[in-house]
Amino acid sequence: MFYRETGQFKTNYADDMAIFPIRQDRIGIAIIIAIALILPFMVSDFVLKTILLPFLALSVAVIGLNILTGYTGLISLGSAGFMGVGAYACYKLTTLFPEVNIIIWIFASGFFAAAVGVFFGLPSLRIKGLYLAVATLAAQFFLQWAFVRIPWLFNYNPSGAIEVPLRTLFGMPITGPTAELEVKYLICLGFVIGMTWLASNLVHGRIGRSWMAVRDMDIAAELMGIKLLNAKLMAFAVSSFFCGVSGALFVFLYLGGAEAGTEFAIRLSFLILFAVIIGGTGSMIGSFFGTAFIVALPTILKFGAPAIGIAITGATAEKIVLMIIGALTIYLLIVEPHGLARLWQIMKQKLRVWPFPY
Amino acid sequence: MSAVTSSAPKPLLSPAVMATLKVLGVFGAIALAIVLLDLPDLLVQTLWEGLVAGVLYALIALGFVLIFKASGVFNFAQGIMVVFSALTLVGSYEIMTQRMGLPPGTVVAILAVIVAVATMFVLAWLVERIVLRPLVNQNDIIMLMATVGLTYFLIGFGEYVFGGNPKVMITSQLGLPVGSTQFNILGGRVNIQHLDVAAAVIASVMIAGLAFFFQYTRIGRALRAVADSHKAALSVGISLNQIWVIVWFTAGVVALVTGIMWGARSDVSFALEIIALKALSVLILGGFTSVPGAIVGGLIIGIGEKMGEGYWGPLFGGGIETWLAYVIALGFLLFRPQGLFGEKIIERI
Repeated sequence: MFYRETGQFKTNYADDMAIFPIRQDRIGIAIIIAIALILPFMVSDFVLKTILLPFLALSVAVIGLNILTGYTGLISLGSAGFMGVGAYACYKLTTLFPEVNIIIWIFASGFFAAAVGVFFGLPSLRIKGLYLAVATLAAQFFLQWAFVRIPWLFNYNPSGAIEVPLRTLFGMPITGPTAELEVKYLICLGFVIGMTWLASNLVHGRIGRSWMAVRDMDIAAELMGIKLLNAKLMAFAVSSFFCGVSGALFVFLYLGGAEAGTEFAIRLSFLILFAVIIGGTGSMIGSFFGTAFIVALPTILKFGAPAIGIAITGATAEKIVLMIIGALTIYLLIVEPHGLARLWQIMKQKLRVWPFPY
Repeated sequence: MSAVTSSAPKPLLSPAVMATLKVLGVFGAIALAIVLLDLPDLLVQTLWEGLVAGVLYALIALGFVLIFKASGVFNFAQGIMVVFSALTLVGSYEIMTQRMGLPPGTVVAILAVIVAVATMFVLAWLVERIVLRPLVNQNDIIMLMATVGLTYFLIGFGEYVFGGNPKVMITSQLGLPVGSTQFNILGGRVNIQHLDVAAAVIASVMIAGLAFFFQYTRIGRALRAVADSHKAALSVGISLNQIWVIVWFTAGVVALVTGIMWGARSDVSFALEIIALKALSVLILGGFTSVPGAIVGGLIIGIGEKMGEGYWGPLFGGGIETWLAYVIALGFLLFRPQGLFGEKIIERI
């Protein structure tokens, strides 16, 4: 009733190729973008800083890993490492060439991550499944080591950390300590919308179809004429590109600086993979659901539990939060192995047939 | 399936053995070069340390392999089970001596071991009930994520109950030897910790015991049947649920022994997590389904890593131990994608 596509005909090729072929989707996405645009001026700085900014920055990485794991079927545990490559590349580029706009460098740093990703993706041609997942740990640990041990990467800073310099756009500071949170948010939002559009077009096109063929059965895909080498390395490149951009956003717009090797540790890799699984593998909207879940959950548990009268001190809270995250992971996997995106589909179907059950 | 593979002429040595020999040859040549250039006693010392580390990696990997064979679950939580069991042991010992006023000593230590073993059994039972049974027949990656969830839960739970501070393993109370002996070999001195000797001996005994258990007992035979085929095992009346509890419990006991050994060498804390991650490289090197693979893989990784760190580490600025294990494993995987002793992957359309 509310979500019925009856009567919406595709009368030309442009309609057929549209990203949102259904009118309700177009209206929905317009409303969501409108809300996203006014949201930073409605909520407190605290929500903006602890939930919205990391949500936007990480969602790009989650989409990236979803391309690799959800669409191509290659499990990677090195996404945090590739995020680090993006962050450090962006830092080096903007300190070497400060006159070029930071927006360009954030985008360009993705290409460095993509190059590293292709290199570490090479074993995927021989190794499959969980063996590959463990093999990508090599990338994670090697990159993490490199961020600590190669001082050139952090400009020989004695503390070993990178600090985000002040950069402006149209005279307005967008990175560095003086930048307004709202401005950072809008820049991030712009990147997220752009990258999502890019990803959506990639996965719905020829390349995306070849990825899905590889995921479903790679030998069959090869027999059908899909070059496995190209498809798999392309997936690694695109995925790492997204991770790299996300890493640059994460450090430049959210953190404002990164400790040597601690931000991009193995735990972040798992968090991203977790977001992909919880959100739903092979689903764009699922990537956002998953990211929202992993970003909001710790904050809600930490600050929400005292609000409803459960007094937990800081140190205990960390442990209880870990326990709840672990238990919730298992619970969600049991009740909905296909992720939150599946719930979204069910809801859409319900809306379609409402008020009848089916 | 075996008919397909055996139709080819059998090579003199199996590919796994050949690959091992090749790599050992390379390692041998490198080792020889080092001996000629450098101090021989340092070499012996490094080899020994690598060997001990390798045995302990092998033990962690063994826990993984047991569970993977029997239930097809890639148990990421095995490393945390190592820490958790050791923490339970030390924690319950502390509680018994300090709060309940029992005299410190071997008797209480043995009681603590019993408590730890019982905890691992309860854990195995709960995992089977709450995690495995509802998730049966799901994707590999879903199972992996479930055990990652279990990992987080155990970290949180362990720190909540026993506190987050690193603890000292009750080494002497358990009757494990402490101290070290110096040997004069090849014109130099080699320092060998008694504990390391004990670790190597205990690990060997345990592996032999497990081999016996798998080969000659009724339950062991059932376990092997389940590993071969779930359906066939079910059809002859083996209860999968029961087997899973047993296997997770066995892995828990292996974890406890490993935890005691690692804990005695350093502190008992969740920093040991990183060692558990390293055991994953042992696992892919040896193959997920092979117990000998876990042992050989552990030794190769342990020795390779210590040699690499000791001799080439300074060239790279140190700390290469964190990733060298994976690179070694990756090197092997490029030649044998299913690990040294893993089952040959046959792909059909």
